[in-house]
Amino acid sequence: MKYEAVIGLEVHTELHTATKIFCNCKTSFGADPNTNVCPVCLGLPGVLPVLNKKVLEFAVRAGLALNCEISRFSKFDRKNYYYPDLPKNFQTSQFDLPICEHGYLDVEVDGEVSRIRITRAHMEEDAGKLVHHGSSITTADYSLVDYNRTGTPLLEIVSEPDMRSAKQAVAYMEKMRAILQYCGISDCRMEEGSLRCDANVSVRPVGQKELGTKTEIKNINSFKGVERAIEYEALRQAEILEAGGTIKQETRTWDENEGVTKSMRSKEEANDYRYFPEPDLVPFTVSDEYIENIRKTLPELPDARKARYMESYGLSAYDAAYVTSDKDRADFFEAMVKAGADAKEACNWLMGELAGKLSENGLEIKDSKVTPEAMAELLKLITKGTISGKIAKKIFPEMWETGKSAETIVKEQGLVQISDTGALEAMVDEAIAENPKAVADFKSGNKKAMGAMIGQIMKKSHGKANPRMVSGILIKKLQAL
Amino acid sequence: MKITAEEVKKVALLSRLSFTDKEIEELEDSMSGILTYMEELNQYDTENVAPMAHAVEQFNVMREDKPHTSFTNEQALMNAPEKEDGYFKVPRII
Repeated sequence: MKYEAVIGLEVHTELHTATKIFCNCKTSFGADPNTNVCPVCLGLPGVLPVLNKKVLEFAVRAGLALNCEISRFSKFDRKNYYYPDLPKNFQTSQFDLPICEHGYLDVEVDGEVSRIRITRAHMEEDAGKLVHHGSSITTADYSLVDYNRTGTPLLEIVSEPDMRSAKQAVAYMEKMRAILQYCGISDCRMEEGSLRCDANVSVRPVGQKELGTKTEIKNINSFKGVERAIEYEALRQAEILEAGGTIKQETRTWDENEGVTKSMRSKEEANDYRYFPEPDLVPFTVSDEYIENIRKTLPELPDARKARYMESYGLSAYDAAYVTSDKDRADFFEAMVKAGADAKEACNWLMGELAGKLSENGLEIKDSKVTPEAMAELLKLITKGTISGKIAKKIFPEMWETGKSAETIVKEQGLVQISDTGALEAMVDEAIAENPKAVADFKSGNKKAMGAMIGQIMKKSHGKANPRMVSGILIKKLQAL
Repeated sequence: MKITAEEVKKVALLSRLSFTDKEIEELEDSMSGILTYMEELNQYDTENVAPMAHAVEQFNVMREDKPHTSFTNEQALMNAPEKEDGYFKVPRII
């Protein structure tokens, strides 16, 4: 039987505020353990949490960017459970009155666009970090707790089970990351945990309407992990059903190294959260004016930017999607074009040479050693015909290493392209004289024979001959023979 | 409303409390009594009443996103029964 996967995602994103959600402790990543803590986030008796203004603003901002309705009346609730990363034995979250509901985002896979509905997005506090002493949590002698992260503001964004493949889930995550980054509310780094994802996965025979029994997969830490974990889990479930078995509803953990999902041993009744309204925080109301003021500050979002790049720069849908999938990359691209680079060339260089250098050095595009303006200058030298594209690719690594401008390197090394007709004609004559066989092949109709001759001329001129002019002169001369 | 011994045990587990059989029996009675008393509220029609979100009629109490001085690590760990390398130390979790 053929099965299809049904996938819903719960995304947690850390909001990029200066301080925690209910106290004024800093949210910085990587501080010494238990140094960004205070009586409020440690849950000491008698303290009073107060909501950070910025958290509400960011949540509304994200909600608007994700096409959500913003609740005019909202409140916090206590979600009760015992776990040592939670000093209060409850997490302050939102239950029945979340700040955002009924949104959606559009994802594209293989040219097909689907709308994924967003059920809700709510504010909550993050938990602390645990370090287990032993090979795993179940065999550890003891665990150590760092409460620095406790109280970091999170937005939990829950989708409807609208996705049908692992690829679509990845596309959803990538779109989500792009939108949240564009809005400036989170840096969305999966490897640092500022963007996290739990996947609800079930399978059903193709054509069946009702949903199968789902499992929840936790501990997915990368985009690659999203794809692999869902693919594995859907296959695992289909194999069980195919063998006549049944799926157990449970929470499973993704083991990145082994490439499998594993059942998480959970204590019975662990999921009795007994939500109730948080008495320490008063409810809040949001006015139309407040919402509209935030809407006005929303930046151009990825889809709009993609459409603009296709429309005004003539980029293909593929190129435009690549450039706009990351805000910093889109900003870099736009700065290059503003500085005079040809848009299509700029895009090619972002995908090719620059992407290569960045990954080689493990750098983000915003930390590129070559500025967009310097890259634009390099590309302009190609457009003007001063250097060939081939020479440009040699110059680029030098710009990266030395910080020198393209023009300086061209001057210092005498790399100016030979565009002098007389000089090029002499080179062409020489090539014709040295390659009687290629000339004969060309004459007998094999146009490809020309390529070898152009290659030779480029090699002899150390890449400096203007390839377009060489090709023009060569054709003319060969046809005249 | 009658609360059974099983229900008392479940609530006890969720609260991480342990009771003797005699105490559980007593709790069955007292919890049942409380809930029976609460049932008196059922005589009121709440069809058109919005659920109460908070006992105080106050809204939008918020603060600025400005850092304060946090605890030092020593202060944070002052009441910890066990600690190690700046962390709180806890027994094996699962």
